[in-house]
Amino acid sequence: MSLRQAEKDSGQQTPSAAAPAADPNPAGHPIAAPAIRVERLVRQFGGVTAVDEVDLDIRRGEIYGFLGPNGAGKSTTVRVLCTLLSPTAGRAVVAGYDVATHPEEVRLRIGVALQEVALDPKQTGIELLRLQGRLYGLSRADIRRRLAELGQLIDIGDALARPIGTYSGGMKRRLDLAAALIHNPEVLFLDEPTAGLDPVSRARMWDEVRRLNTELSMTIFLTTQYLEEADELADRVGIIHGGRLVAEGSPAQLKRSVGDDLIVAHVDGKADAARRAVEPLAGVRSVEVRGEEMTVTAADGAATIGAVAVALSSVTPVRHLTLRTPSLDDVFLEFTGNHFTGNHIQATEPDHGARQQRDHLEVGS
Amino acid sequence: MTSVSITTAGPGDRTTAGPGDRAVIQARPAPALRDVISIAGRALRAVPREPETVIPPVFIALFFFVVNIGTLQHLTQSHLKGFDIKAFMLPTAILLGVTGVSRAGSLVMDIQGGYLDRLLLTPVRRLAILIGHMVADVAIACALMVPIIALALALGVRPQAGPAGVAVFLLMGCLWSLAFAGFGYAIALKTGNPAAVNSSFLLFFPFLFMTSSYVPRGQLSGWLSVIATWNPLTYVLEGLRSLVTIGWQWDSLGKAALAIAAVGVLSMSLCLAALRGRTRRG
Repeated sequence: MSLRQAEKDSGQQTPSAAAPAADPNPAGHPIAAPAIRVERLVRQFGGVTAVDEVDLDIRRGEIYGFLGPNGAGKSTTVRVLCTLLSPTAGRAVVAGYDVATHPEEVRLRIGVALQEVALDPKQTGIELLRLQGRLYGLSRADIRRRLAELGQLIDIGDALARPIGTYSGGMKRRLDLAAALIHNPEVLFLDEPTAGLDPVSRARMWDEVRRLNTELSMTIFLTTQYLEEADELADRVGIIHGGRLVAEGSPAQLKRSVGDDLIVAHVDGKADAARRAVEPLAGVRSVEVRGEEMTVTAADGAATIGAVAVALSSVTPVRHLTLRTPSLDDVFLEFTGNHFTGNHIQATEPDHGARQQRDHLEVGS
Repeated sequence: MTSVSITTAGPGDRTTAGPGDRAVIQARPAPALRDVISIAGRALRAVPREPETVIPPVFIALFFFVVNIGTLQHLTQSHLKGFDIKAFMLPTAILLGVTGVSRAGSLVMDIQGGYLDRLLLTPVRRLAILIGHMVADVAIACALMVPIIALALALGVRPQAGPAGVAVFLLMGCLWSLAFAGFGYAIALKTGNPAAVNSSFLLFFPFLFMTSSYVPRGQLSGWLSVIATWNPLTYVLEGLRSLVTIGWQWDSLGKAALAIAAVGVLSMSLCLAALRGRTRRG
């Protein structure tokens, strides 16, 4: 486990994730401002509210994971932050500049890889990168230098000279990333960078994201619908659901907020009797029942699971009994009342004992 | 995976390099002309990769030029003494060739494929995206006219306005192409639909036949004569024709310029409105 990962898991801040700084000074110069600050951001399409009063404060050098299922408002938020859409209400400041009033300044300072790979299949990779460099005002020498650097970073070798239409999905993703990086941006937006990639390409993309952050101290705003991606990469995770930010914190903090260890039992009926049997046990902190699934939160799951098994089997047959640490799915369940299953959410009916869905929880250390 | 070290600015530092570092790469707005040249360059590089966008217009123009001459030459020679059907048909062939030639189709593909969004995420001026495509269109239109004029010269057509007249002929052809291309871009930006853009050429077709493309305007009769009088294409044809068959006839050239300008103002107004709509962030 890397130092960075260890820090992440322990909930400590990485050295690059400095404390939030002040707003831009009166002259508008982005000295020590946070990389992204969003205040009560709203974006509506007609009468539909896609983003609903979202607040974000993202430090420079941080990887921020924006987690939510399809249609949660992730991509709309990104499109507002990267100046493709105006906010309906609220304020968003990126790299020290307001996206509504100074979009040109923001564009100079951000790199964006959108959800749908935005490449021209008729151009070669090298032509696309050169054009990007020219549009960002880079000199020929700078473009040459960046091409040499990015050619190694994206590791697609001679393919750069081939038409993009001949690339595999993974190569297109990496080229798209290189196009977003050509001008050495301060803030990088990655909108579902691994959607549709095979596991090998996904792992490679994760490595590249980590490297960009650790080697360049680049702030990375990453949207994803993959729990493990947010867990692996993000210093902090924001969970968006129905356009609202419902929870925020480091993955470790969020998981801790759910509980320490989880004992999950699938019982055949008599759920209420099972609950009554388990709740008084030593070490049990809480019990939630959703249908035939019972989740027991315990400080020390290994020490408690035996007693739970005995108590349950005395009142009802037990089909499965598993012990695990909390996942971001548990966090999602906690704050939305639904399981997170990748590209959609799976509704479950909480019983009267389930914890209430909260409006927004910010988990701090 | 290959490890690579990249020179970069630290957070918040976009202007200075650390000790021993090379100069820091820093994005800045490019000059407007560079924006236009960059976009035009991309559009022109795509042409050899999409020959289907330029071969049909040239083929159609050459085909109608040859067929019309073959059909009408004997008739005109025997009934209209001194009438040169080849010179008369050259402007018709040119307008057939260059009208509707534009990169609007590729702009639609950019919209559909998301590449326009990638361009809009850069500091490029929004107008430069449009002008860059149009600059490429002018270059393509000019190139398309060359084989048609070369064939006419080979068939014995001798422009009465001389080499300078040929240059003005090319210029007017290009400007007409650009003026008409505006409709294609307006449709492309408004709809983002390739089928709609492709059908924009159909807008032009009826107008080409309701003008003096096959006989002089004085020979048209009834309703067709009235429509031809109001059809701006009539004056473009007559201006081009005057350079080939008469010489420097300023009245015809002035009317042609006005007709091109009128169509251009209309198409570009639509085009700019569509661009504003497409790039509006609200």
